[in-house]
Amino acid sequence: MSLTRQDVEKIAHLARLLISDQEMPVYVTSLSSIVEFVDQLAKADTGGVAPMAHPLAGQTQRLRADEVTAADSREKYQANAAAVQGGLYLVPRVIE
Amino acid sequence: MLHNRSIGELAAILDRREASSVELTRHFLARIEALNPALNAMISVTGAQALLEAAVADRRRGAGETGPLLGIPLIHKDIFCTDGVRTSCGSRMLDNFVAPYDATVVARLKAAGAVMLGKANMDEFAMGSSNETSFYGPVRNPWDLARVPGGSSGGSAAAVAARLAPFATATDTGGSIRQPAALTGVTGVKPTYGRVSRYGMIAFASSLDQAGIIARSAADAATVLQAMAGFDPRDSTSVDTPVPDYGSALGAPLKGLRIGLLKEFSDGLEPRNAALIAAALEVFRSLGAATLEASLPSLPLSVPTYYVVAPAECSSNLSRFDGVRFGYRCENPRDLLDLYKRSRGEGFGAEVKRRIMTGTYVLSAGYFDAYYLQAQKARQLITDEFRAAFGRVDLLLGPTTPTPAFAIGAKIDDPVTMYLNDIYTIGANLAGLPALSMPGGFIDELPMGVQLIGPHFAEGRLLNAAHQYQLATDWHDRVARGYC
Repeated sequence: MSLTRQDVEKIAHLARLLISDQEMPVYVTSLSSIVEFVDQLAKADTGGVAPMAHPLAGQTQRLRADEVTAADSREKYQANAAAVQGGLYLVPRVIE
Repeated sequence: MLHNRSIGELAAILDRREASSVELTRHFLARIEALNPALNAMISVTGAQALLEAAVADRRRGAGETGPLLGIPLIHKDIFCTDGVRTSCGSRMLDNFVAPYDATVVARLKAAGAVMLGKANMDEFAMGSSNETSFYGPVRNPWDLARVPGGSSGGSAAAVAARLAPFATATDTGGSIRQPAALTGVTGVKPTYGRVSRYGMIAFASSLDQAGIIARSAADAATVLQAMAGFDPRDSTSVDTPVPDYGSALGAPLKGLRIGLLKEFSDGLEPRNAALIAAALEVFRSLGAATLEASLPSLPLSVPTYYVVAPAECSSNLSRFDGVRFGYRCENPRDLLDLYKRSRGEGFGAEVKRRIMTGTYVLSAGYFDAYYLQAQKARQLITDEFRAAFGRVDLLLGPTTPTPAFAIGAKIDDPVTMYLNDIYTIGANLAGLPALSMPGGFIDELPMGVQLIGPHFAEGRLLNAAHQYQLATDWHDRVARGYC
């Protein structure tokens, strides 16, 4: 199934990716060919098969005791931030 | 020459004080300096830190300690977080990211005394089969510099093939350890899903990713896997199963081992590749194994299944890269939406964006059932068929790649053509099975691999079979001209 430019614009918006006007046609073509390729799956006979969530059978989500185990490393982790103030990450104004 | 020694031989050399870890480390750093420019296998070289780590290893040895990896140099794929060292994942998005902690894989190898020489180049966010999508430029195959080494662990494979380090860590989501190992003439091992911790390993597709090893022999890989494997409470998918002694299992005779050749692997196989596989089967027969036919009728679904599941998981995992807390941030963002869209649009390369968008599409309302749910069902089918096959055989044997290494630039424009390179490797990832590739011959003077796949937690048996094969053959001892 071929995707339209509108389809790709909508997907790019959902994925929060800026695709320029010049790049758009290339993405429309390549995404269409990928979707056409995976469309083969529609023909597979999967009636009665449960969708797999984990490759190993019988795995469950392990839980641990609700205890503090980590130390405060905020300064170390925020060393990689573009803009920080008072321990908070700075971003363009969100609330008008 | 020191760089042609196995890990075991190097450890003995260090134990006998014939060389120090500092001398060994200098030797490999000098090789990297001389030989890496033509290969572009490294993103970061941590020379000063390596010499400090080597000195620590020498002091530990001086204090009476010994160990199979104490003082042995290694290279980490740049997907593993290394405390205080840039961890780029081959992407502009993380070009400025200095990891604030060590991945479990890194910490365990460090505790064993291994010395990090640097971080290996890789396809961006582990998405690729040629190491051409890296922000840092393509890696070149030591066997022919105009050709790809494979991917995504192309840097790790090229570095080991060029003897820049005795071994390298790597990761495999759809074949990214086995395929580059095959194309560069080295041995690559992908363990069972959950065998090795993913803590600190930058996530691509969480239900498929596994950390593993690229080395020059199964015996060397066994030594490294011993140090890497095991339960880690910090990885919620880590399996709490004891780690066997891989080294002691290597020597077991193969008499009575049942090896299956999948019909779906041999159908349509290029004749010279088929001849190589037939020759490998013959070696195993001479070692006492029985060879049988096996079939996985749903195997042809594996590539389309993977290219629904992996992009879906990657679209979720890569949503954390938003320019807010770390990583690339665009200049002068107008508002929050612009911050997200331009940081991600500029920070990610084309293949990554393609896969994120494919994933977003197959998970979106109206398409989830037809694509993602259907793919997860196909995945269960494939896994069930593997389980049935392992009821009749102990291991499966087959090709690793359809062709030898292709020219740089030859396939990068058509994603689907590139994806079909993974046709033999993907099944093991979908089913979480351990698998390895070992050198099995040459086509057009380029290395080709032979793949072994085992049932869950059969790493010992896989390594045993590969080791016995490597005692009976010498493909794994061949070195590319100029790197001897």
